[in-house]
Amino acid sequence: MNTKTLALAQLPVGHTGRIDTLLARGMTRRRLLDLGLIPGAEVKTIRRSPAGDPTAYLIRGTVIALREEVARQVLVHTKIYSSKEDSNGSVKPCMQ
Amino acid sequence: MALLNLACSKKSCRNRSVPQNQFLRLTVALAGNPNTGKSTVFNALTGLSQHTGNWPGKTVQRAEGNFYHRNKHFTLVDLPGTYSLFANSVDEQVARDYICFARPDVTVVVTDATCLERNLNLVLQVMEITPKVVVCLNLMDEAERKKICVDVELLSSELGVPVVATAARSGRCLDKLMDAIDDVASGRIKTSPRLVAYDSEIEQLVQKIELKISPLVPEGLNPRWVALRLLDGDRSIIDSLQRYLREGKNSSFHWGEERALCIR
Repeated sequence: MNTKTLALAQLPVGHTGRIDTLLARGMTRRRLLDLGLIPGAEVKTIRRSPAGDPTAYLIRGTVIALREEVARQVLVHTKIYSSKEDSNGSVKPCMQ
Repeated sequence: MALLNLACSKKSCRNRSVPQNQFLRLTVALAGNPNTGKSTVFNALTGLSQHTGNWPGKTVQRAEGNFYHRNKHFTLVDLPGTYSLFANSVDEQVARDYICFARPDVTVVVTDATCLERNLNLVLQVMEITPKVVVCLNLMDEAERKKICVDVELLSSELGVPVVATAARSGRCLDKLMDAIDDVASGRIKTSPRLVAYDSEIEQLVQKIELKISPLVPEGLNPRWVALRLLDGDRSIIDSLQRYLREGKNSSFHWGEERALCIR
Protein backbone atom coordinates (compact mmCIF):
# COMPACT_ATOMS: atom_id res chain seq x y z
CA MET A 1 0.00 0.00 0.00
CA ASN A 2 1.24 3.45 -0.90
CA THR A 3 1.50 5.75 2.04
CA LYS A 4 3.05 9.11 2.59
CA THR A 5 4.07 11.12 5.57
CA LEU A 6 2.48 14.47 6.32
CA ALA A 7 2.34 16.84 9.21
CA LEU A 8 -0.91 16.31 11.11
CA ALA A 9 -1.76 19.96 10.39
CA GLN A 10 -1.91 19.04 6.70
CA LEU A 11 -4.16 15.99 7.06
CA PRO A 12 -7.39 17.03 5.30
CA VAL A 13 -10.76 16.93 7.05
CA GLY A 14 -12.26 13.44 6.97
CA HIS A 15 -8.92 11.72 6.45
CA THR A 16 -7.30 9.29 8.80
CA GLY A 17 -3.62 8.87 9.51
CA ARG A 18 -1.42 6.86 11.78
CA ILE A 19 1.00 8.72 13.99
CA ASP A 20 4.60 8.23 12.93
CA THR A 21 6.79 10.65 14.85
CA LEU A 22 6.43 13.49 17.32
CA LEU A 23 8.82 16.30 16.47
CA ALA A 24 7.83 18.26 19.55
CA ARG A 25 10.15 18.21 22.52
CA GLY A 26 9.86 18.91 26.21
CA MET A 27 6.49 19.65 27.77
CA THR A 28 4.70 19.92 24.42
CA ARG A 29 5.77 16.38 23.59
CA ARG A 30 4.70 15.20 27.03
CA ARG A 31 1.32 16.85 26.60
CA LEU A 32 0.77 15.27 23.19
CA LEU A 33 1.63 11.84 24.59
CA ASP A 34 -0.75 12.40 27.51
CA LEU A 35 -3.53 13.29 25.09
CA GLY A 36 -3.04 9.92 23.39
CA LEU A 37 -0.91 10.96 20.41
CA ILE A 38 1.43 8.01 20.57
CA PRO A 39 3.27 6.62 17.54
CA GLY A 40 1.01 3.99 15.98
CA ALA A 41 -2.24 5.57 17.19
CA GLU A 42 -4.90 6.42 14.63
CA VAL A 43 -6.00 10.01 14.24
CA LYS A 44 -8.75 11.53 12.12
CA THR A 45 -9.26 15.15 11.21
CA ILE A 46 -12.82 16.04 12.21
CA ARG A 47 -13.23 19.73 11.39
CA ARG A 48 -11.45 23.02 11.27
CA SER A 49 -12.66 26.02 13.21
CA PRO A 50 -14.03 28.91 11.10
CA ALA A 51 -10.74 30.76 11.41
CA GLY A 52 -8.85 27.68 10.24
CA ASP A 53 -7.14 27.19 13.57
CA PRO A 54 -7.47 25.20 15.82
CA THR A 55 -8.54 21.91 14.28
CA ALA A 56 -10.48 19.10 15.95
CA TYR A 57 -9.04 15.60 15.74
CA LEU A 58 -10.47 12.26 16.84
CA ILE A 59 -7.85 10.48 18.91
CA ARG A 60 -8.62 7.23 20.72
CA GLY A 61 -12.30 7.93 21.09
CA THR A 62 -11.99 11.57 22.17
CA VAL A 63 -12.17 14.72 20.09
CA ILE A 64 -9.22 16.97 20.84
CA ALA A 65 -8.51 20.39 19.38
CA LEU A 66 -4.93 21.22 18.50
CA ARG A 67 -3.43 24.47 17.39
CA GLU A 68 -1.76 24.40 14.01
CA GLU A 69 1.52 25.28 15.62
CA VAL A 70 1.32 22.03 17.61
CA ALA A 71 -0.23 19.87 14.88
CA ARG A 72 2.70 20.77 12.63
CA GLN A 73 4.97 18.96 15.04
CA VAL A 74 3.22 15.61 14.59
CA LEU A 75 4.00 13.46 11.56
CA VAL A 76 1.40 10.98 10.35
CA HIS A 77 1.35 8.22 7.76
CA THR A 78 -1.63 8.40 5.49
CA LYS A 79 -2.81 6.57 2.40
CA ILE A 80 -2.10 8.40 -0.82
CA TYR A 81 -5.09 10.19 -2.26
CA SER A 82 -5.27 11.97 -5.60
CA SER A 83 -4.96 15.75 -5.57
CA LYS A 84 -8.42 15.99 -7.19
CA GLU A 85 -9.97 14.68 -4.01
CA ASP A 86 -8.64 17.66 -2.15
CA SER A 87 -10.86 20.49 -3.28
CA ASN A 88 -9.08 23.13 -1.24
CA GLY A 89 -5.73 22.34 -2.74
CA SER A 90 -4.33 23.19 0.63
CA VAL A 91 -2.56 19.90 1.17
CA LYS A 92 1.15 20.04 0.60
CA PRO A 93 3.67 17.40 1.40
CA CYS A 94 5.37 17.81 4.70
CA MET A 95 8.19 20.32 4.80
CA GLN A 96 11.15 19.11 6.76
CA MET B 1 -23.41 17.58 58.22
CA ALA B 2 -27.08 18.45 58.35
CA LEU B 3 -27.12 18.75 54.62
CA LEU B 4 -25.51 15.36 54.30
CA ASN B 5 -28.05 13.72 56.59
CA LEU B 6 -30.85 15.30 54.65
CA ALA B 7 -29.38 14.11 51.40
CA CYS B 8 -28.85 10.62 52.79
CA SER B 9 -32.35 10.33 54.13
CA LYS B 10 -33.71 10.78 50.64
CA LYS B 11 -31.69 7.87 49.36
CA SER B 12 -31.41 4.34 50.66
CA CYS B 13 -29.40 4.20 53.84
CA ARG B 14 -28.11 0.70 53.18
CA ASN B 15 -24.46 1.55 53.57
CA ARG B 16 -24.78 4.56 55.75
CA SER B 17 -25.26 3.23 59.24
CA VAL B 18 -23.72 5.40 61.96
CA PRO B 19 -20.09 4.47 62.48
CA GLN B 20 -18.90 3.14 65.81
CA ASN B 21 -15.52 4.73 65.48
CA GLN B 22 -16.23 8.41 64.95
CA PHE B 23 -12.57 9.29 64.93
CA LEU B 24 -11.41 7.12 62.10
CA ARG B 25 -11.82 9.24 59.04
CA LEU B 26 -10.31 8.09 55.81
CA THR B 27 -9.86 10.31 52.78
CA VAL B 28 -10.50 8.96 49.32
CA ALA B 29 -9.61 10.96 46.22
CA LEU B 30 -11.51 10.48 42.97
CA ALA B 31 -9.25 11.07 40.00
CA GLY B 32 -9.74 10.30 36.33
CA ASN B 33 -9.80 11.58 32.79
CA PRO B 34 -12.44 14.17 31.93
CA ASN B 35 -15.89 12.76 31.34
CA THR B 36 -15.45 9.31 32.88
CA GLY B 37 -18.18 9.76 35.47
CA LYS B 38 -16.20 10.87 38.53
CA SER B 39 -18.96 13.17 39.70
CA THR B 40 -21.56 10.46 39.09
CA VAL B 41 -19.57 8.05 41.26
CA PHE B 42 -19.20 10.84 43.84
CA ASN B 43 -22.94 11.50 43.94
CA ALA B 44 -23.82 7.82 44.06
CA LEU B 45 -21.51 7.18 47.00
CA THR B 46 -22.21 10.31 49.03
CA GLY B 47 -25.86 10.88 48.20
CA LEU B 48 -25.01 14.48 47.40
CA SER B 49 -25.88 16.15 44.16
CA GLN B 50 -22.70 17.65 42.90
CA HIS B 51 -23.43 19.03 39.48
CA THR B 52 -22.70 16.57 36.69
CA GLY B 53 -22.41 17.61 33.11
CA ASN B 54 -20.54 17.05 29.93
CA TRP B 55 -18.25 19.96 29.40
CA PRO B 56 -14.63 20.55 30.17
CA GLY B 57 -13.62 22.17 33.40
CA LYS B 58 -16.93 21.50 35.12
CA THR B 59 -15.28 20.52 38.40
CA VAL B 60 -12.65 23.22 38.68
CA GLN B 61 -12.49 23.20 42.44
CA ARG B 62 -12.62 19.97 44.33
CA ALA B 63 -15.85 18.92 46.05
CA GLU B 64 -16.01 16.90 49.24
CA GLY B 65 -18.63 14.55 50.66
CA ASN B 66 -18.88 11.72 53.15
CA PHE B 67 -20.03 8.15 53.15
CA TYR B 68 -20.07 5.35 55.69
CA HIS B 69 -19.12 1.83 54.85
CA ARG B 70 -18.40 -1.10 57.17
CA ASN B 71 -18.76 1.27 60.11
CA LYS B 72 -16.06 3.58 58.85
CA HIS B 73 -16.27 7.18 57.88
CA PHE B 74 -14.87 8.05 54.48
CA THR B 75 -14.40 11.55 53.10
CA LEU B 76 -14.61 11.46 49.33
CA VAL B 77 -12.92 14.20 47.31
CA ASP B 78 -14.08 14.74 43.74
CA LEU B 79 -11.23 16.13 41.65
CA PRO B 80 -11.30 17.85 38.26
CA GLY B 81 -10.75 15.58 35.29
CA THR B 82 -7.22 15.32 34.00
CA TYR B 83 -5.41 13.36 31.30
CA SER B 84 -2.16 13.54 33.12
CA LEU B 85 -0.45 14.67 36.28
CA PHE B 86 1.72 17.01 34.24
CA ALA B 87 -0.70 19.85 34.61
CA ASN B 88 -1.48 22.31 31.87
CA SER B 89 -4.41 24.18 33.37
CA VAL B 90 -5.64 25.32 36.76
CA ASP B 91 -8.11 22.46 37.17
CA GLU B 92 -5.50 19.89 36.24
CA GLN B 93 -3.18 21.45 38.75
CA VAL B 94 -5.83 21.15 41.47
CA ALA B 95 -6.11 17.43 40.76
CA ARG B 96 -2.38 16.92 40.58
CA ASP B 97 -1.53 18.79 43.77
CA TYR B 98 -4.21 16.94 45.69
CA ILE B 99 -3.04 13.48 44.64
CA CYS B 100 0.62 14.38 45.08
CA PHE B 101 0.59 16.36 48.29
CA ALA B 102 -2.66 15.85 50.23
CA ARG B 103 -1.84 12.17 50.52
CA PRO B 104 -5.33 10.65 50.54
CA ASP B 105 -5.64 7.20 52.13
CA VAL B 106 -6.84 5.77 48.84
CA THR B 107 -6.91 7.21 45.33
CA VAL B 108 -9.64 5.88 43.09
CA VAL B 109 -8.92 6.36 39.40
CA VAL B 110 -12.20 6.38 37.52
CA THR B 111 -11.71 5.09 33.97
CA ASP B 112 -13.89 4.87 30.89
CA ALA B 113 -14.33 1.21 29.94
CA THR B 114 -15.16 2.21 26.35
CA CYS B 115 -11.72 3.69 25.72
CA LEU B 116 -9.52 2.15 28.31
CA GLU B 117 -6.14 2.62 26.62
CA ARG B 118 -6.43 6.38 26.85
CA ASN B 119 -7.30 6.13 30.54
CA LEU B 120 -4.50 3.80 31.62
CA ASN B 121 -1.92 6.56 31.20
CA LEU B 122 -3.26 8.37 34.24
CA VAL B 123 -3.56 5.09 36.16
CA LEU B 124 0.16 4.45 35.65
CA GLN B 125 1.04 8.01 36.64
CA VAL B 126 -0.99 7.78 39.84
CA MET B 127 0.55 4.41 40.68
CA GLU B 128 3.98 6.01 40.44
CA ILE B 129 3.03 8.32 43.32
CA THR B 130 1.12 6.01 45.61
CA PRO B 131 0.52 2.28 45.85
CA LYS B 132 -2.90 2.82 47.46
CA VAL B 133 -4.87 2.85 44.23
CA VAL B 134 -8.22 1.35 43.23
CA VAL B 135 -9.19 1.42 39.56
CA CYS B 136 -12.89 1.97 38.98
CA LEU B 137 -13.75 0.68 35.54
CA ASN B 138 -16.78 2.85 34.99
CA LEU B 139 -19.31 3.16 32.14
CA MET B 140 -19.54 -0.63 31.89
CA ASP B 141 -23.14 -0.28 30.69
CA GLU B 142 -21.92 1.84 27.81
CA ALA B 143 -19.12 -0.64 27.04
CA GLU B 144 -21.58 -3.54 26.97
CA ARG B 145 -23.73 -1.63 24.53
CA LYS B 146 -20.69 -1.19 22.33
CA LYS B 147 -19.87 -4.90 22.73
CA ILE B 148 -16.61 -4.16 24.51
CA CYS B 149 -15.50 -6.84 26.94
CA VAL B 150 -12.89 -6.12 29.58
CA ASP B 151 -11.08 -8.91 31.40
CA VAL B 152 -11.22 -7.33 34.84
CA GLU B 153 -9.23 -10.07 36.58
CA LEU B 154 -6.39 -9.89 34.07
CA LEU B 155 -6.31 -6.10 34.15
CA SER B 156 -6.16 -6.19 37.93
CA SER B 157 -3.28 -8.68 38.00
CA GLU B 158 -1.39 -6.77 35.29
CA LEU B 159 -1.73 -3.48 37.16
CA GLY B 160 -1.22 -4.95 40.61
CA VAL B 161 -4.12 -2.99 42.11
CA PRO B 162 -7.82 -3.87 42.52
CA VAL B 163 -10.03 -3.14 39.52
CA VAL B 164 -13.79 -2.87 40.04
CA ALA B 165 -16.19 -2.76 37.09
CA THR B 166 -19.07 -0.37 37.75
CA ALA B 167 -21.91 1.48 36.11
CA ALA B 168 -22.28 4.45 38.43
CA ARG B 169 -25.29 5.86 36.61
CA SER B 170 -27.39 2.88 37.66
CA GLY B 171 -25.43 2.27 40.85
CA ARG B 172 -24.24 -1.13 39.71
CA CYS B 173 -21.39 -2.68 41.75
CA LEU B 174 -20.72 0.44 43.79
CA ASP B 175 -20.79 -1.69 46.95
CA LYS B 176 -17.89 -3.66 45.51
CA LEU B 177 -16.07 -0.40 44.87
CA MET B 178 -16.56 0.62 48.52
CA ASP B 179 -15.34 -2.82 49.65
CA ALA B 180 -12.21 -2.41 47.55
CA ILE B 181 -11.61 1.11 48.88
CA ASP B 182 -11.89 -0.15 52.44
CA ASP B 183 -9.70 -3.19 51.76
CA VAL B 184 -6.92 -1.04 50.33
CA ALA B 185 -7.26 1.66 53.02
CA SER B 186 -7.06 -0.90 55.83
CA GLY B 187 -4.26 -2.84 54.18
CA ARG B 188 -6.36 -5.99 53.87
CA ILE B 189 -5.50 -5.95 50.19
CA LYS B 190 -1.81 -5.40 49.61
CA THR B 191 -1.28 -3.70 46.29
CA SER B 192 1.88 -4.10 44.23
CA PRO B 193 1.50 -1.55 41.45
CA ARG B 194 3.34 -2.19 38.22
CA LEU B 195 5.81 0.62 37.86
CA VAL B 196 7.01 2.05 34.60
CA ALA B 197 10.61 1.04 33.94
CA TYR B 198 12.49 3.71 32.04
CA ASP B 199 15.56 3.12 29.93
CA SER B 200 18.79 2.35 31.71
CA GLU B 201 20.23 5.85 31.42
CA ILE B 202 17.21 7.39 33.13
CA GLU B 203 16.99 4.62 35.72
CA GLN B 204 20.63 5.19 36.66
CA LEU B 205 20.07 8.93 37.05
CA VAL B 206 16.92 8.31 39.06
CA GLN B 207 18.80 6.00 41.41
CA LYS B 208 21.53 8.55 41.88
CA ILE B 209 19.09 11.37 42.62
CA GLU B 210 16.90 9.17 44.80
CA LEU B 211 19.84 8.30 47.00
CA LYS B 212 20.72 11.95 47.48
CA ILE B 213 17.25 13.31 48.09
CA SER B 214 15.61 10.56 50.12
CA PRO B 215 16.82 11.98 53.46
CA LEU B 216 15.33 15.34 52.43
CA VAL B 217 12.01 14.12 51.10
CA PRO B 218 9.34 14.21 53.80
CA GLU B 219 7.62 11.02 54.82
CA GLY B 220 4.73 10.08 52.59
CA LEU B 221 6.25 11.45 49.42
CA ASN B 222 7.74 8.87 47.14
CA PRO B 223 11.43 9.71 46.55
CA ARG B 224 11.50 7.90 43.22
CA TRP B 225 8.64 10.02 42.00
CA VAL B 226 10.32 13.22 43.20
CA ALA B 227 13.55 12.17 41.46
CA LEU B 228 11.69 11.61 38.20
CA ARG B 229 10.05 15.03 38.39
CA LEU B 230 13.38 16.69 39.06
CA LEU B 231 14.71 15.01 35.94
CA ASP B 232 11.69 16.23 33.96
CA GLY B 233 12.44 19.75 35.08
CA ASP B 234 8.71 20.53 35.08
CA ARG B 235 8.68 23.92 36.80
CA SER B 236 5.05 23.74 37.84
CA ILE B 237 5.51 20.51 39.83
CA ILE B 238 8.75 21.75 41.34
CA ASP B 239 7.02 24.97 42.46
CA SER B 240 4.21 22.97 44.08
CA LEU B 241 6.78 20.75 45.77
CA GLN B 242 8.55 23.76 47.15
CA ARG B 243 5.30 25.25 48.44
CA TYR B 244 4.44 21.93 50.04
CA LEU B 245 7.82 21.64 51.71
CA ARG B 246 7.64 25.19 53.01
CA GLU B 247 4.26 24.47 54.57
CA GLY B 248 5.54 21.29 56.17
CA LYS B 249 8.64 22.68 57.77
CA ASN B 250 11.20 25.33 57.08
CA SER B 251 13.11 23.44 54.51
CA SER B 252 15.91 25.17 52.74
CA PHE B 253 15.99 22.57 50.03
CA HIS B 254 16.71 24.08 46.65
CA TRP B 255 15.36 21.89 43.93
CA GLY B 256 17.00 23.68 41.08
CA GLU B 257 20.47 23.39 42.54
CA GLU B 258 19.94 19.81 43.59
CA ARG B 259 18.80 18.91 40.13
CA ALA B 260 21.78 20.51 38.48
CA LEU B 261 24.03 18.79 40.97
CA CYS B 262 22.62 15.36 40.32
CA ILE B 263 22.60 15.49 36.59
CA ARG B 264 26.18 16.58 36.32
